[in-house]
Amino acid sequence: MTTTDGAPPTQPVPVIVDEPRIIDDGPRRRPRFTREGLTDMVSAFLTGAAGAGIVRTALGWHGYLGTGIWWYIIFLVAYYLLQRDGASTEVGLDRVVTVVIWSAGVLVVAVLAWMLIFLVVRGAPRLSPGFFTHDMSKTGPLDPGGGVRAAIVGSAEQVGLATVVVVPLAILTAVYLHELKGRWSTLVRFAVNALAGVPSIVAGLIVYTVWVVGGHGPSGAAGSAALAILMLPFVTRSAEEVLRTVPDPLREASLALGSPQWRVVVQVVLPTALAGLTTSAILGVALGIGETAPLILTTSYSNATVTNPFHGPQSSLAYFVYTYVLEPSKTQNQRGYSALLVLVILVLVLFVLARYIGGRSRRKLRRSR
Amino acid sequence: MTALVPANSPSQSDAKPSLLREGSNPATLSAIGLSAWFGKRKVLERCDLLMEARKVTALIGPSGCGKSTFLRILNRMHEVIPGAQIGGRVELDGIDIYGGSLSPTQVRSRIGMVFQKPNPFPAMTIGQNVLAGLKLSGTSTPDKGRLIEECLRGAGLWEEVKDRLNEGGMSLSGGQQQRLCIARALAVRPQVLLMDEPCSALDPISTRVVEETISTLAHDITIVIVTHNMQQAARVSDRCALFLIEGLGTPGRIVEEGPTAKVFENPDDPRTLDYVTGRFG
Repeated sequence: MTTTDGAPPTQPVPVIVDEPRIIDDGPRRRPRFTREGLTDMVSAFLTGAAGAGIVRTALGWHGYLGTGIWWYIIFLVAYYLLQRDGASTEVGLDRVVTVVIWSAGVLVVAVLAWMLIFLVVRGAPRLSPGFFTHDMSKTGPLDPGGGVRAAIVGSAEQVGLATVVVVPLAILTAVYLHELKGRWSTLVRFAVNALAGVPSIVAGLIVYTVWVVGGHGPSGAAGSAALAILMLPFVTRSAEEVLRTVPDPLREASLALGSPQWRVVVQVVLPTALAGLTTSAILGVALGIGETAPLILTTSYSNATVTNPFHGPQSSLAYFVYTYVLEPSKTQNQRGYSALLVLVILVLVLFVLARYIGGRSRRKLRRSR
Repeated sequence: MTALVPANSPSQSDAKPSLLREGSNPATLSAIGLSAWFGKRKVLERCDLLMEARKVTALIGPSGCGKSTFLRILNRMHEVIPGAQIGGRVELDGIDIYGGSLSPTQVRSRIGMVFQKPNPFPAMTIGQNVLAGLKLSGTSTPDKGRLIEECLRGAGLWEEVKDRLNEGGMSLSGGQQQRLCIARALAVRPQVLLMDEPCSALDPISTRVVEETISTLAHDITIVIVTHNMQQAARVSDRCALFLIEGLGTPGRIVEEGPTAKVFENPDDPRTLDYVTGRFG
């Protein structure tokens, strides 16, 4: 740039003042909700309530579900109108969609919470240490007392046996499918997927026809066989997914060090995927422990605690619940709900354990990428 | 698991002869009429190259011209990819490595490889990572602690990690991880070390350390290195080979090879001059 008057343009030299600035500790908080936003939300909510009340009276409906749905729809419309008038159509739509997505999430959590609360309310009153240490062999239909000892022993043995068979088999199959990528892997994968689609009652029916009616009678082991049929494809598929998360460069690095493939699998791939595989196994156990239909056909039921899973009818938690919830007396129903609570808590603990272990392995692998 | 040296064990390498040099036997590698295919697509066309013992040979050229494929053929890692095939021969001191007298695992333990991205085993400690090659090939070592130290010294990493051999390999920085991978490759005592752009994921300081490591190693071992960095090729290599493709979809060829100084300053082929001076590629 040239200046016309010849003199260099005088620019104010920016003075940098070394003022001590106040630096906040930690990141700034951004307000998620403004007062206006909250007011809008509450007004829309009340409008919805009023609207739903009017619809309910006018149409003479008395169901809560219908009223709830009307309430929600009127709430959305009112909220949209308020937001649109306050800002713009886009902002209004954006906020309404946000609310819809949030409510979907809340709904799922609410269903789970409702189930748990229902179970705790129904089942907790009877839960006592004695409930775990007694079985039903000496308890009459209307007596208090008795418990799920037989069912817990049965479930543990049936699912335990199934797990011992399923986990090694599933991991070997997953290794065949993903590490060896053998000639038959398409066929094997097809078989695994087909097996995963088998309804649980069919698994029970197969074992029932071949084994139980075939002269061996009902037993815990027969139940294990049916459970194994159901758990195998589930654990195989999730183990294959876990092997997929092991980065390929690790396999290449091992091969390039002069390792035969079986050592790559045993010493690098499986140890790296160990936590994930554990998660698969735990989820398989959780699946098995909740199955009822195949056990009805295979284990039959016993009031007494049966420790030998290879001989005679054996109880299990799921079967116990099924039996007692259908009984006519309230005391019996109570027992069913308490057993169900035990079962659900057990499954929840397994899920939390699986998530914890799986989360740790994912963090470890992420660092390796 | 592997027994590890106590963190501050006295250095033994001064007293005894080096485990790495003892019986070290660098070999000459030669590619003869080497071609390669992925499925039906030909990616390399009749490449001849002599990679002499105790020398560093650099493979240079633009992306996608077959340098890495060429390198992976040299230790039979090419065939790991489904559909990959080769033609021609690779000789290790006169023995055809594809001839059947050596198994792929034997070839790979004599011809080691360092990859573009550092890939230490996440489930192993630093010490276990160094010994991984021995464990994976089922070889036993009497003196694990000394071997760990020598390999890490060879890779220029010992001073930085000697107090933390029991920590996970993933706790190191990228440059350190790459040197750990070099140490891991050295522990198998290969005759040849192949390096596929070993510095491309590293910062300049780590790069310099790895380059110094390469120069030191070249006394005892044959090194073949793929690099995109012309200066790096000029700095570390004794001989140089330029790969080029003539058009899209045509296989890569070796356009020129020879002593690095000649390739960079007085090449026979005009395309080489264009490439090394940065006029294309």
